[in-house]
Amino acid sequence: MDIATQAIEGGFADPVFDAQTVFRAVMDAMARPGTLQPLPVFARPPAPLSATAGAIALALCDNDTPLWLDLVLQPPAAIKSWLGFHTGAPLANTPADAHFALIATPAEMMALDGFSQGTQDYPDRSTTLILQVSDLVSGAPLLLEGPGIETTATIAPAQMPRHFVEQWKQNNQRFPRGVDIILATPEGVACLPRTTRIKTMEA
Amino acid sequence: MTAQPTDIATYNFAYLDEQTKRMIRRAILKGIAIPGYQVPFASREMPMPYGWGTGGVQVTASIIGPDDVLKVIDQGADDTTNAVSIRAFFKKVANVAVTTETAKATIIQTRHRIPEHPLTAGQVLVYQVPIPEPLRFLEPRETETRKMHALEEYGLMHVKLYEDIARHGRIATTYAYPVKVEGRYVMDPSPTPKFDNPKMHRSPALQLFGAGREKRIYALPPFTDVVSLDFEDHPFEVQTFDQPCALCAAENVYLDEVILDDHGGYMFVCSDTDHCEKRREQGHRGHLAPESPLEKTEPAQ
Repeated sequence: MDIATQAIEGGFADPVFDAQTVFRAVMDAMARPGTLQPLPVFARPPAPLSATAGAIALALCDNDTPLWLDLVLQPPAAIKSWLGFHTGAPLANTPADAHFALIATPAEMMALDGFSQGTQDYPDRSTTLILQVSDLVSGAPLLLEGPGIETTATIAPAQMPRHFVEQWKQNNQRFPRGVDIILATPEGVACLPRTTRIKTMEA
Repeated sequence: MTAQPTDIATYNFAYLDEQTKRMIRRAILKGIAIPGYQVPFASREMPMPYGWGTGGVQVTASIIGPDDVLKVIDQGADDTTNAVSIRAFFKKVANVAVTTETAKATIIQTRHRIPEHPLTAGQVLVYQVPIPEPLRFLEPRETETRKMHALEEYGLMHVKLYEDIARHGRIATTYAYPVKVEGRYVMDPSPTPKFDNPKMHRSPALQLFGAGREKRIYALPPFTDVVSLDFEDHPFEVQTFDQPCALCAAENVYLDEVILDDHGGYMFVCSDTDHCEKRREQGHRGHLAPESPLEKTEPAQ
C-alpha cells in the first residue's frame, strides 16, 4: 500500500459518534485514575502507532493542537501524513510546544519535565502525553491515590518510562503545573492526571 | 452513504460542530486534571441568551452520546421553563432519551441545585454557572484574580467571610458559598444554596461546571475533597428548616417557600420536584397534600 492510501484509510468510520465514544472513555479514565475504560478498535493507523493511541489523536487533536511524536513515530512518513490528513494537527517543533505527545516506546522516552508544564497562571497550557503500553498488569505495580479514587487503585502498566515513580513525584510537586498521562492499551485507556499520587509499594 | 440509525443529521449531532466539541472536550480533560481550576475556553453563541445556561449546554453537548439519558433541573424542578426548554433542545438536536428521575439519568444538567437522591458513580452532573470566579466581587480585575489563584492567595475571601461575622454575627453567605478543592483552589460552587455544598464533597459522580458568558470550564472528579471555607469559632453550617415539606413531609431536604394566597398564606415544599413526587408515590403525605392520590401525569417532555 502506498503512502497516500495509508494516509487516507483507517480513520473513524463514523466520525461524530466514534469521537464521542473515545472522548467519553478518556474523560471517564481521567475522572477515575487507574481504571481501564474499554474501547473497541475505531482507527487503523499505520504501524507502529497503535489503534487506541491513533483513535485518541483523532478524537482530540486538530489544527489548534501541535503534536509531538517520539523517536519511533517520527521517521515513518505514513504516520505524519495519516495524522495530518485525519486531524490537521501541526507537528510541534519541540516537546515544550506540544499540546499532545504521542509516545510509542515510553520506556525510552525523554524526561517528563521536557514537555510543557503550563504556567502557574495557566496550568492548563501543558502537554498531555499519550503513552502506548501493551497492558496494565505486567509492569511494576503502582499504588494510586488522589482525586477520582475512592481509597486506592492499583495498575501495573508495562514499558513505563525510566525512574517513573521518581519523575511522577516531581510532577506532583509542580502542581498545579505538570503533565497528564493517557495510557493507551490495546483494550482501552487509563489515565494518570497530575493530581494522582503514586504510593511506593513495599516489596 | 449508508442510512444512519437515526433520522437526524449527524454532522452536527448535539448542535455543536466537531471542532468546537474537541475544543470543549480538551478543556474538560484539563479541568478534571486540575480540580477547581477554571480552564478558559472559546465559548460559542448558542441559540439561547447568556444567563440561560449556555455554558452548561455546551458542556452537555460535548459529552452527550446517543445512549445517554438526560435530566435537566432548574432550582431542583424538572418542570420550569429553563429545564423544559433545554430538555426539548437536546431531544431535538441529539435525539437522546430524557427523564425526570435522578436515578435513571446518566447526565444531569443543573441550574443551582444538587438532587436530593444520592448520585452514583457513572453519573455526570453539569452545572450552569453565571460567574465562575469566586473572587470577582472582591477583585474585579481578571489579571489580579488570576495571580491570586496562581499564588494561592485567598486572604481576601476570608476577610469577606470575617466581615460577614463582624456585621451580622455569623457568615451570612447562603448561596455560592466558596469552597476549597483538594486543599488548593478556591472555587465557586455556582449559586447553589450552601445546603448542597456537603453533597459535593467526595461525591461518586463527576461534576462539570460550564460558564458560557465568562468562558470558563471547571470540574470536580469523583471522590474529591471539597471543603466549605469557615473559621474554627464559626464553623460552616447548612440551612435548616423548622417544618417538613408540606406535600411529602420530607425532612432534611432543601425547601422552597411558596405563597398560597393574598392573605399571607404560605407553605414550604421540596425544591427537588422528582424527590417530592417519588415520596408522595410511596405514600408519604404532608399536612397540605391533596386528598386524592397523586395522579400519574405525563413527564414533562
